[in-house]
Amino acid sequence: MSGPKTTEPVLDVRNLTATFGDGELTAVNDVSFTVGSGEVLGLVGESGSGKSVTLRSIIRLVPASGDVSGEVRWQGQNILAMRDAELRGVRGGQISMIFQEPMSALNPVLPVFTQIEENLKAHTDLDGNGRRARARELMDMVGIPDAARRLKEFPHQFSGGMRQRVMIAIALASNPRLLLADEPTTALDVTIQDQILKLILDLRDELSMSVVLVTHDLGVVAATCDRMAVMYAGRIVETGTVSEVFAQPNHAYTRGLLGSVPHAGTERSRLLSIDGTPPPLDRIPPGCAFNPRCEFATDACRATVPPLQDLSPGRSVACFNRDSVVAAGSPV
Amino acid sequence: MASYIARRLLQLIPTVLFILIVVFALVRLLPGDPASAILGDRAVDADVERINRELGLDRPLVVQFGVFVKSVATGDLGDSIHLKLPVTTLIADRLPVTIMLTVMAALIAVVMAVPLAFVAALRRGTAADSTVRGAFQVGLSMPVFYLGLILLTVFGAKLRWFPVGGYGEGFVDNLYHLFLPAVTLAFSLSAILMRNLRSAIIGVIDAEYVQFARSKGLAPKLVLFRHVLRNALISTVALFGLSIGTLLSGAVITETVFAIPGAGRLMVDSIYGRDYPVVQGLTIALAVLVSVTFLLTDLVQVWLDPRVSR
Repeated sequence: MSGPKTTEPVLDVRNLTATFGDGELTAVNDVSFTVGSGEVLGLVGESGSGKSVTLRSIIRLVPASGDVSGEVRWQGQNILAMRDAELRGVRGGQISMIFQEPMSALNPVLPVFTQIEENLKAHTDLDGNGRRARARELMDMVGIPDAARRLKEFPHQFSGGMRQRVMIAIALASNPRLLLADEPTTALDVTIQDQILKLILDLRDELSMSVVLVTHDLGVVAATCDRMAVMYAGRIVETGTVSEVFAQPNHAYTRGLLGSVPHAGTERSRLLSIDGTPPPLDRIPPGCAFNPRCEFATDACRATVPPLQDLSPGRSVACFNRDSVVAAGSPV
Repeated sequence: MASYIARRLLQLIPTVLFILIVVFALVRLLPGDPASAILGDRAVDADVERINRELGLDRPLVVQFGVFVKSVATGDLGDSIHLKLPVTTLIADRLPVTIMLTVMAALIAVVMAVPLAFVAALRRGTAADSTVRGAFQVGLSMPVFYLGLILLTVFGAKLRWFPVGGYGEGFVDNLYHLFLPAVTLAFSLSAILMRNLRSAIIGVIDAEYVQFARSKGLAPKLVLFRHVLRNALISTVALFGLSIGTLLSGAVITETVFAIPGAGRLMVDSIYGRDYPVVQGLTIALAVLVSVTFLLTDLVQVWLDPRVSR
């Protein structure tokens, strides 16, 4: 694992808010973060925390009923204010996305080659031969043997891990600068998970791109990310480098998440769990959204939303009882 | 793909054999017999026996079936009892008219259904969606002969845009004569196809692979046609194939309303006249036609969805 290579962010997300159904449901609420060049940022949270919608909102990939506001600064431009044609140039060309379930994210009725080629057609000037050569090169790059033959095959003819490699090949076809990965390993066997994560990291180095990785798996975060942002009920509640956050969580929710991960090879300790489930979007409690599940909650938490406060550059937390959480120590 | 086609062609053999058995049995189960149909009510027993012997109807059923299969295989479907012409000649004369009517109707149905399904699906819940669906609901619930009469009255008799019946001379004139009947026939099919395709598009439009396609920065048209329509069409094509049989039976009614000399009318006339060889021959021809349509539909299915051929 390598640290952030420069301090200049390539992606700067400011006050990102995504609402659905005429603004009734707020899936992403005033979220801000940056991604440095060559950096891997982990967006962490339970199902329904808004991490996936945040990721998709970066390239405005939300259903027609959704509305995205705020600012997404990318190469001097605001993606959220771009015209559709400009946006299409960014999507797939500069920022690519891979999905959780390759079986449903790959078109079942098109051969793999077509699905790679259409990306190349949209973003490069390569001719037919160039595109064929590039497609074979991409298959080699993501570690799929016998590229020429396999390009003619359909998604159902690949195994789960190979399908995810295919999706990565498609996403990386036009050399994007940023890869948005939405739980790319959740649907895979553990051994295959490691291979895919390693592949993503290798490609990050090789192609010097940045990665935003959405996951609920803290083991994946520890193994792959440089920095992390923890989300709960549509808001970021804590950010920091992975080592900082793991060493000393400052938010009760982060502490709970870390405590619920079993650790092999360490002294036996009680496995913590967070009681309850995240609130549905139409029933987010007043104050800190986490307060009904929080062992540190006070009256202030039930009344006001705690602001995200900077502790040091890149390290921030939104918790009124940060001191008590810190005093309780890291569960890791 | 090639092995799939071979397999499907082989499957046609038992299908056709089964059709022959059913046709053979049906004709013999019908009330009344050819001899009395030919000779009339006051026939003498001796004459009936003579006719039965001439037609081979006095021999055991198995032998009759053997003779039947052999003659069908050699392209001999017998002669019409009333028209005194070979059945194959009659079919060659009439069936192309029905095929043309059916093909025209199918094309019109598709041309109406596909764009409207898109409009209804992409603007679902809006006035456009309700209008399209409402109009087709009316079309779907209207009997074919009634719709035919309305079109005939308005566009044929009143406006005189189209002929009120007949088939015309020459290909272009044929098309012109068949237009109203084809629209009549197409309406309910296009309503069914439209509804099916509309819900298929709605089911596909938010699929992950469509989102992935969007995330690649593809042009909206490409996303719509290559990723949405192609997947949505899979179920609609299956439905379309299954509807061809219905379309052919609708052609019988339509041909009667519009006085078109097609296979449908020949069939109706022959059933009334107990012209068994013609009924048999036509049933076989239509059944084979439907089987071949199913085969073609299956091939289109495989082309659309490669997972099917396994």
